Amino acid sequence: MNRRQIRKARNGVFLALSVAATLVGLACLAAILWTLVSNGIAGLSSRVFTEMTPPPGSEGGLLNALYGSAVMTLLGICMGSPIGMLAGTYLAEYGRTSRLSTVIRFINDILLSAPSIIIGLFIYEILVVRMGHFSAIAGAVALAVIAIPVSLRTTEDMLNLVPSGMKDASAALGAYPWRTVVSVVYPAARSGIVTGLLLAIARISGETAPLLFTALNDQFWSTKLTAPMANLPVVIFQFALSPYKDWQQLAWAGALIITVTILVLSVSARIILSLMQTSGGSKS
Amino acid sequence: MAIIDSRHAARQLIYERVFRSATLAAAILVLLILGGVALSLLRGAWPALSHFGFGFVTREIWNPVTDEYGALAPIYGTVVTSLIAMLLAVPTGFGIALFLTELCPPVLKRSIGTAVELLAAVPSIIFGIWGLFVLAPLLQRHVQPWLIDHIGPIPMIGKLFQGPPFGIGVLTAGVVLAVMVLPFIAATMRDVFDTVPPMLKESGYGLGATTWEVIWHVVVPHSRVGMLGGIMLGLGRALGETMAVTFVIGNAHRISTSLLAPGTTISSSIANEFTEAVGDLYTSSLIALGLLLFLITFAVIAIAQAMLRRLERRALSPL
Repeated sequence: MNRRQIRKARNGVFLALSVAATLVGLACLAAILWTLVSNGIAGLSSRVFTEMTPPPGSEGGLLNALYGSAVMTLLGICMGSPIGMLAGTYLAEYGRTSRLSTVIRFINDILLSAPSIIIGLFIYEILVVRMGHFSAIAGAVALAVIAIPVSLRTTEDMLNLVPSGMKDASAALGAYPWRTVVSVVYPAARSGIVTGLLLAIARISGETAPLLFTALNDQFWSTKLTAPMANLPVVIFQFALSPYKDWQQLAWAGALIITVTILVLSVSARIILSLMQTSGGSKS
Repeated sequence: MAIIDSRHAARQLIYERVFRSATLAAAILVLLILGGVALSLLRGAWPALSHFGFGFVTREIWNPVTDEYGALAPIYGTVVTSLIAMLLAVPTGFGIALFLTELCPPVLKRSIGTAVELLAAVPSIIFGIWGLFVLAPLLQRHVQPWLIDHIGPIPMIGKLFQGPPFGIGVLTAGVVLAVMVLPFIAATMRDVFDTVPPMLKESGYGLGATTWEVIWHVVVPHSRVGMLGGIMLGLGRALGETMAVTFVIGNAHRISTSLLAPGTTISSSIANEFTEAVGDLYTSSLIALGLLLFLITFAVIAIAQAMLRRLERRALSPL
């Protein structure tokens, strides 16, 4: 083989490896979705949505866990998102390139990838130990702490996309910065902010580790925020590792519900974002 | 004409101050959270750290009955599972990123990119349950016997692949972690490759280089810092990942030479034992593990962010 052929052969080998790597990645996604759907569908029945988590050996559903997850996710978002949005507003509109903003951005990116189990321990230390027992509210606070960096990051990115001409026009009319932000920047970045909200919900609704030490679990229907509360991820964890077939079946059904919810949220966030980009492009 | 109402203006100024302070307070809260995490972990870990001293990180023993705890086995498990994950995920992620930026037909680019990103959105507990019920039996039946038969007898590295095929264990945990961090590494590398100026690549092609030569001699050197940043970011995830590992690691507090044996990691020890821990020293030791994990991941993620930031600045300045 001459040099040229060797080079061509090497090119072919590495490009084939690259294609193979992509196929492996896609195969993993397909395998996970396939297992989830095939095992989850079998466990899905109307019972899942109407009955409580059963004791081992008997039939039941996931109603209390679904309720608990919804409540804690909602509370977490209601606490975490506004804080993240305000902080993102500060970085995008007030702080910009100041030293404080640079530090906050750096710390926020670290929080964004910090292990969630650490956040769980943190909330355990400051809330559960003080209150003396596990509680739904502690779980919600843990989820809020996880939602803050997600929300901050997307808010800042989205506000930065608003053309500065619009802000200048508002300022030229004599508006204070807060008025510009509330009446011009927020409406212009509305779909971006909704995207951020969806992504934050997607991020926290599957979190398990932080709930283990905060909300824990409850086998029965409970609406008390100061008591432990059942939630889908922890129920899946507990049921999947149990030796009981019924419980494992329910764990699969729960896993399917969570994954579908999260994928729907992520995909809609993407769709909103791409709609925004195309409409933004035609406007300018 | 417009009359400037001084009361109105004063009120506007107050609103402005309130709004600005509120945003500033929220921003500073982010700093406080990180500080709070560090302080509360330190406080919770203090009884264990003062009781065991430096020996906490160098001893393998973990015995709730005699109340003696050492973190060596979880540290070892965390490091080894993350290493396995990186060994598998980095080349694969590199391949995917290359495919997406250099080879993929534009029609597919977006949908494959989205598919990889969706893999990143799947919560870790799903990877755990998949690892336990699908991957572990698969490895136990088809991969581990092969490793034991063919690599086990080789001196030195053979030691890593001896013993019975349990299915669950350090190796399986590493593989599940690899699948988990793969999308992060692939997505970051893709973004980094996208920042390579087309002119540089076209110069390479103009000189008659093959696609691979352009990639290896132009794209990779240009993206070195960003690639390392992406790898470190994936490593940070792998080190701190909890649920996916807890399902498949086997939770055994000992260090085995064989990768097929069950082990434990920092995060899975905490997840498995925290709610059952009785006694202050036990709980405190688990929080001390959390503190160790916090310090390790903080360092890794900080380095990753610093690298990616350097790249961002360079991308903004012309060449």
